[in-house]
Amino acid sequence: MALAVRKTGADIFSVTRWFLRRECRLMSTLPEKAEAPEAESVPSEPQQQRVGRRPRMSNPAVEFRHAYPEFLPDPNPKWRNSLREKLERADMLKRRSQIDVPEFYVGSILGVTISDPHAQGKTNRFVGICIERKGCGLRAEFTLRNVVDHQGVEIRYELYDPTIQKIQVLRLEKRLDEKLFYLRDALPEYSTFSFDMDPEILPEGTPVPINPVQVKLKPRPWLERWERQELQGVSNIEEHLKEKDRKRRELRKTPWEEFDLMKQYRKTIPEEDQSEIWGEVYNKLHQLQMNRKKMSRKRTFTTPKTQLG
Amino acid sequence: MFRSLLNRLNPTKLSCGFHTSTCLNEVQLLTRLRVVDNSEIGKRAMAEGKPPKVICVYNKKRIGYIGDRVMVAIKGQKKKGILVGLKQTQNVKVPKFDSNNIVLIDDNGTPLGTRIHVPIPTILRTILKERTHAKGADYTKLLSIATRFV
Repeated sequence: MALAVRKTGADIFSVTRWFLRRECRLMSTLPEKAEAPEAESVPSEPQQQRVGRRPRMSNPAVEFRHAYPEFLPDPNPKWRNSLREKLERADMLKRRSQIDVPEFYVGSILGVTISDPHAQGKTNRFVGICIERKGCGLRAEFTLRNVVDHQGVEIRYELYDPTIQKIQVLRLEKRLDEKLFYLRDALPEYSTFSFDMDPEILPEGTPVPINPVQVKLKPRPWLERWERQELQGVSNIEEHLKEKDRKRRELRKTPWEEFDLMKQYRKTIPEEDQSEIWGEVYNKLHQLQMNRKKMSRKRTFTTPKTQLG
Repeated sequence: MFRSLLNRLNPTKLSCGFHTSTCLNEVQLLTRLRVVDNSEIGKRAMAEGKPPKVICVYNKKRIGYIGDRVMVAIKGQKKKGILVGLKQTQNVKVPKFDSNNIVLIDDNGTPLGTRIHVPIPTILRTILKERTHAKGADYTKLLSIATRFV
């Protein structure tokens, strides 16, 4: 009897939940990560009319939130402070007018030159693949990884560190995953890059290419349980698993999380807030972009080959 | 009875009794290290698959950080060494390595080998200079056998 009551109760509950979810989906504003629906809502943006000389069709927020993720504050309401965020943004723009901080993504190959009081020439250069970007505002960080002399080395840099002299993007591309920590357990050739690599220049207007390379992991033990993280960029993960691991992976799966609207909402900055932020920094960032384009053209023009004899 | 039934009906209960946070990778007592110079004893120990174990870290916390002096047990002997690269999360701009590296030295600070075959963090220059005193051991000799700095 108790079971029957319980069962019908659960049924009613699930039905109402389903209904509520449908309703919520209609009412709520779209979260940040949803790509396609946001494109529809672009023409209704008030920003569109205000800034007239935009070269491309889309909303700046759509481009900029991927290219400059550190301008968006941390979504945790405990740490929000509109004044501090505003001051930080101003400082970031000031720093960006001093030094060229290029657009890069996790998976791009960067060369970073810092002034280092410990080094002999007082400067130090490191080249590596960006495996992580984190932090917001002035605390934004990125991590580079390389294998030098058969020894894996990782260096963490702050993006707005005043000791950074130059950040150079040697190869602009993305990978299949958001974080590339699995390179630590992969074969070393996947994270080996030579220090005298030449920068590869993409033709203007091309979208950032996604490198579909799938790395091979070394046999276990691993640093993390890669099999539970649904990684796209690893090819041979199944070879190293036992039956037990597969079973546990099934148990640990959280397929409902992609439908968890509240979780998504807590992780992201809503579109209204974002448009305010981008409206504040758009002009300056756009100007800096234009300057960089001009400079790159000038540089290609003014460096002819010096031929002696 | 009702509670057990509830538990059985609830498939999302997946808590476990132990914590699963990642380890700190600290260098402490009995940590295995990797010898990265070409000293005879170090090379043989690494080739045999018996890497040295820490038996003392010479600081007050007894946890080894970059540039710290350690005593290791290697092939049945006690030797001293300097930590030149750590797995642990480091400060900004300080490199983090995939293994805990050590260079063997004797009591005067003179390295036992003649070459280090992995990159060395540049911050060691400053750290080792600070630790060297006029009449004590001279640790900066280690820097001169390094091949590459990162």
